[in-house]
Amino acid sequence: MSQPVISIKGIKKDFKVGEITVHALRGIDLEVEEGEFIAIMGASGSGKSTMLNVLGCLDQPTSGSYWLDGVDIGSLSKNELAGLRNQKLGFVFQSYNLLPRTTALENVELPLYYNNKITSKDRREKAIEALHAVGLADRMHHMPNQMSGGQQQRVAIARALVNDPRVILADEATGNLDTRTSYEIMALLQYLNEKGKTIIFVTHEHEIARFMNRSVQFKDGLVARKDKFEKRSLAAELLAMMPSNQNLI
Amino acid sequence: MNYSNLLKISMNAILRNKFRAFLTMLGIIIGVASVIAMLAIGQGSKQCIQDEMSEMGTNMIFIMPGDDRPGGVRMSSSELQSMKLTDVEAIKSECSAVSSVSPVVNSNGQAVFGNKNWPSNIYGVNNQYLEIRKYQLASGRNFTEREIKTYAKVCVIGRTIVENLFSEIENPVGQTIRFGSIPFKVIGVLTEKGENSMGQDQDDLILAPFTTIQKRILSITYIQSIFASAASEELNTLAIDQITETLRQTHKIKSTSEDDFNVRSQSEMVQTFTAISDIMTALLGAIAGISLLVGGIGIMNIMYVSVTERTREIGLRLAIGGRESDIMTQFLVESFLLSVVGGIIGILLGLVSSQAIASILSWPVVVTPASIIFAFLVCSVIGIFFGWYPARKAAGLNPIDALRYE
Ligand SMILES: Nc1ncnc2c1ncn2[C@@H]1O[C@H](COP(=O)(O)OP(=O)(O)O)[C@@H](O)[C@H]1O
Ligand SMILES: [Mg+2]
Repeated sequence: MSQPVISIKGIKKDFKVGEITVHALRGIDLEVEEGEFIAIMGASGSGKSTMLNVLGCLDQPTSGSYWLDGVDIGSLSKNELAGLRNQKLGFVFQSYNLLPRTTALENVELPLYYNNKITSKDRREKAIEALHAVGLADRMHHMPNQMSGGQQQRVAIARALVNDPRVILADEATGNLDTRTSYEIMALLQYLNEKGKTIIFVTHEHEIARFMNRSVQFKDGLVARKDKFEKRSLAAELLAMMPSNQNLI
Repeated sequence: MNYSNLLKISMNAILRNKFRAFLTMLGIIIGVASVIAMLAIGQGSKQCIQDEMSEMGTNMIFIMPGDDRPGGVRMSSSELQSMKLTDVEAIKSECSAVSSVSPVVNSNGQAVFGNKNWPSNIYGVNNQYLEIRKYQLASGRNFTEREIKTYAKVCVIGRTIVENLFSEIENPVGQTIRFGSIPFKVIGVLTEKGENSMGQDQDDLILAPFTTIQKRILSITYIQSIFASAASEELNTLAIDQITETLRQTHKIKSTSEDDFNVRSQSEMVQTFTAISDIMTALLGAIAGISLLVGGIGIMNIMYVSVTERTREIGLRLAIGGRESDIMTQFLVESFLLSVVGGIIGILLGLVSSQAIASILSWPVVVTPASIIFAFLVCSVIGIFFGWYPARKAAGLNPIDALRYE
């Protein structure tokens, strides 16, 4: 078997707030294989986002080891971490975080600006390709404020895809969307996953977690439960059954 | 991060907010434009003074009665009357560095021809005066030694007099005008000289033999001042020394006493006026410089607000692989671009407004390349200097907090 894409051992993360120390993560072990679509679940405040920030190399753990794609993260400098975020990781946020007054295409191009190996011609081509992949080829020149929440989130997914990362990290990516649109996003992510993308998806909704192959339940900074689903629900099928133009709940 | 990418990122960021970019630049635009225009006015007046003075002859020397004590003029009438024709004669014969010399007496009054009159000045001089003052005859002739000796009632007039008294007559030479109650026959007309830098009309004058003015108009035997010219510009100082020495002898001044006259040269005046206009230029420039500084602070202010407003953008850039140095450079380049583009617009505006000042107010302006280069450099420095702090603030943001910022 090939080595896991992500391997963490004994990850702890403390926050000092004045006199008090908050133990946000208290010893997490986790391995993620290539091609997995994994849900990180748990109540609010259980440490999901903190975990994702560590996995995304945005935050350094207080202790523990983290190997990403065979590289020991603990040994890297700030600039090397930035390079890693650019090349190996893609982020999708709850509130999309698109640049305002900037077209979908330019938003998707953004990560490529921080990649020296890519020429401006490649940049454009790759961004168009990514927008095709998320089904927004016809919205290329639209500004964020001219698009629905679901469309904006798809632009954000295209942006996460554009550098062809090893792992996509999503934090409550459907949190701002209605049920129907959430399913559309999940259908898109399932489609990408089927094509081989590894995705780690933080959510507190069981409704959403059922679209993944595996879930990791967090509780007070520890893993409380790990589940593997033999048969995941298919978002595309559910969508087909939904009456169009009408949102559930 | 390569530089063309960086430049594009910064440019996109500026273009995303064109109106604010323009407002930010406005301070720099106005500051630079006023620096350029102020320096142009200052340089222009300096250039103008120098041109004019050298046209008037930098080797001109004038001698006035009375000493040059600082702190007030206290001159008795005997002091004012201390210069005589013998002084002129002595200078002529003793001072080798002096090429021409003329006594001057003057009187003001009405010049009358037919039913027209014009308030003007009549100067009593000798026939070397034209040469000393670099006046030229447009028509007619200068007066002769003989006319001087015989108190002849003849005169040479300037263009302004011609225009105001002889509008109907082609050539005033041969006509007779009256000054006071004395009739003067016009024997020559001077070429036009225009205004000098003090705005005085140099063509509003009547020249007559000094003897005529002394005897027939003023009834005096002394002379009011002496004009001379050094044989060459290099001989100026020597000429002044020789004149001073000669006059001390003719006035029988003891070696321990002060002069009862003072000798000034045109080049000395040029230096004085140049110094004055330099001070003026510096003052104007300093005032304009302050507005440039205010413009720079404006850029810092906007960049600072912009960092706060774009916190999430910064968080995102850090998350997708931007290094701290990339963020820092982006914001530095943004403020640099704002001030340099503002500077270029300001330079153009400065050139345009200098031309406008020149043509509307007819002030002399000179835009030197040095002032343009200076303004450009100052803008670049302002961009980097005032962009530094906001850029550092942006680069120092924590990506997680920045992403979550509302
Ligand atoms: N920057 C921080 N400073 C202090 N405490 C923090 C910080 N970030 C998270 N925490 C704390 O860590 C715990 C886990 O937070 P988080 O990972 O955001 O939870 P979740 O995403 O599961 O809701 C919470 O108790 C939270 O208050
Ligand atoms: Mg969270």
